[in-house]
Amino acid sequence: MNARNRPLSPHLQVYRPQMTSILSITHRATGVALTLGSFLLVYWLIAAAAGPEAFAAAQDLIGSWIGYLCLFGWSVALFYHLCNGIRHLFWDAGFGFELPDAYRSGYAVLIGTAVLTLVAWIAGLSVMGGG
Amino acid sequence: MSLRSPLGRVKGLGAAHEGVGHWWAQRLTALALIPLTVWLVASMVALAGADYEVVRAWLGAPVPAGLMILFLVAALHHGQLGLQVVIEDYVHNEGAKIASLLAVKGLAIVLGLFGVLAVLSVLFSS
Repeated sequence: MNARNRPLSPHLQVYRPQMTSILSITHRATGVALTLGSFLLVYWLIAAAAGPEAFAAAQDLIGSWIGYLCLFGWSVALFYHLCNGIRHLFWDAGFGFELPDAYRSGYAVLIGTAVLTLVAWIAGLSVMGGG
Repeated sequence: MSLRSPLGRVKGLGAAHEGVGHWWAQRLTALALIPLTVWLVASMVALAGADYEVVRAWLGAPVPAGLMILFLVAALHHGQLGLQVVIEDYVHNEGAKIASLLAVKGLAIVLGLFGVLAVLSVLFSS
């Protein structure tokens, strides 16, 4: 028998992207991005331990436009992964498997991510402005 | 008739020779990271634009230092467990797979160690 003619499971590109599948792969992507963000957190801690000059250099890097861009991206990724992670924990506990529920919780994750990101940045910027 | 040994049947681990340890560790660290992440974000917001002295004073107290160490350990463990699954799913070349798994696990240990030592150094010098 010709092994090449065996039925294959369809590749991912065959399926129409759906909200549920997009949210699922985004959970993975944000998780990978957040592990890269752990480098910044550890760098910041090492700088705080190393002394005033090293800490000032770290604050300059974080305060630059590229630092702000990364920080904003990581904050969105963090809040998304947090909200969608809680959604996953509910699934693990056996709740919310019905399709309407999966869509409802998906929209809740998106709204939660947007609200938490906005609240955190407005609070952070006002602390800086008032400080 | 089963070809499995009685011991293998009782352990119920199958061909992968492991049980739900990975899955369970990922869920428990996820659960721990919910309050730890909320604490970290709230702390970073409160410390936005703070200078060296303020950050040292904050990190030099036992509770923030302890929570930061807990966050580092839980987050890096959770992260390396997740990256392991991603690598096992997408990297099909056996050599590249093993090399990247070792790199991820090694980096998680190094980052965790450096981070914890940095926190302890600030804690014990204040």
